[in-house]
Parts: sequence; structure tokens; C-alpha cells
Amino acid sequence: MKLRYFAWVRERVGKPEEELELPAGVATVGQLMTWLAGRGEEYAHAFENPKVIRAAIDRSHVTAQAPIGTASEIAFFPPMTGG
Amino acid sequence: MTTPSTVRLQREPFDAAAEAAALSRGRSDIGAVVTFTGICRGDEAGAPIAALTLEHYPGMAEAEIERHVAEAVERWPLKGVTVIHRHGRIAPGEDIVLVVTASVHRQAAFAAAEFLMDYLKTRAPFWKQVEQAGAKSWVEAKAADDTAAERWTTPKQAAE
Repeated sequence: MKLRYFAWVRERVGKPEEELELPAGVATVGQLMTWLAGRGEEYAHAFENPKVIRAAIDRSHVTAQAPIGTASEIAFFPPMTGG
Repeated sequence: MTTPSTVRLQREPFDAAAEAAALSRGRSDIGAVVTFTGICRGDEAGAPIAALTLEHYPGMAEAEIERHVAEAVERWPLKGVTVIHRHGRIAPGEDIVLVVTASVHRQAAFAAAEFLMDYLKTRAPFWKQVEQAGAKSWVEAKAADDTAAERWTTPKQAAE
């Protein structure tokens, strides 16, 4: 599974992307955030307030309840500030 | 008939007047062109800024803007749409984003341009970082922008 991070999520995690094997119990985007938060200090900092973090599966916005299913790329980022 | 639409992400500056002119050149069925340009201000929260840096999610940013252009074309009788969003470092006074909409009458062109801008601000994966007095900070999303985008989700009639 490819994970991508943007803006301050990227800065806190310390990398723009990585390939990770997800454990069997991680079925939703919210569960993935909880799992990532337990991977170390930098992840704990990035995902300390998962409610504010937005996610996309294969480049489409999803909610924390979204099932990961057969996704190939999941991205995490702060609320958007373009325009 | 399909509506001609252009979505571009680029580092380079754009020429808003030339883009608007290109949309209606050689056509006599367009009666209204609305052009919106978002410009980098020289201050943020009352303090001067050196520059903005726009980060984006390549691939998703184009796809997300194209989805909203397609929705605008479905909701309003548009004759043409152009959206250009810059990324990278942008200095105060430089353009950031351009939305041009063309239609037979002004109502559809105004409404579609506003719809596209409201969605660009809240749904397109771009993040602004401010350089201020040697320090960098991420711009926080504004609740007012969410409110502006939400008004388009209530069912409404397309402009006549």
C-alpha cells in the first residue's frame, strides 16, 4: 500500500510517501490513522488529532469511515487552502 | 454539444486576459464571459509576507478540478470553462488562480465561476504556506470557505 502525506502531515511524518504493509485488522481509513499514530513519535504528532486530517483513496476524497478495500494509494493531508 | 474546457496546473504565471479572450475567439454564440483571478496578497493576518508556496497533490488536483468543471457544465448552460491553478513559490502581487466561464447570458457565467472558486478553495488538494519574517507557516482553512462551498449542495434550479 502506498501512503502519501502532504503539507504539515508530510512535515510531521518526515517523508512525502512510503510503502507499507497494513496489518489485517486495519479495514478503514480511520483505523489506518490510529495504526499509523502508534508507529512512532513523528506519526503520533502527525495524527494526534485525526478529526482535522482529510484523506483520499486513489485520488478521491473519502471520510474516516471509508473501507480501504483494494485501494492502491491512500493520502493524508490537512484541510485544503488552495484557490 | 460538449463544452470546451481546459484545466491546467503550472508553476509559470498565466495571462488572464489572453485566456479569457481565447475562450470566446471566433464564436458568436457567447454573450457573457466571467473572469476571476485570485492574487497573492502582501499580508497575512495583518503582517507582511515575503511569498506564498503552494503545495499540491499531483494527479488528484487535476482530477478534482476536472470533476467540478464537469459538475458546473452539468448545472449551468456553459459555452466554455478554463481553470488554471499555479503551484510553487508565488510572490505578492502575482496571480494564483484563474477561473473563466463563458455562457449565453451572465447569470450562468457568474454562478458557475463562483461555484468553481468555492470548490477550489475547499476541495482541490492545494495547501498554502506563508513565508513571513523568515519563518514558514501553513495557512489554516477558513470555516467561511466551507460555508461558501456548502451552499451549492442544497438542491437548486440551474440558472435559466
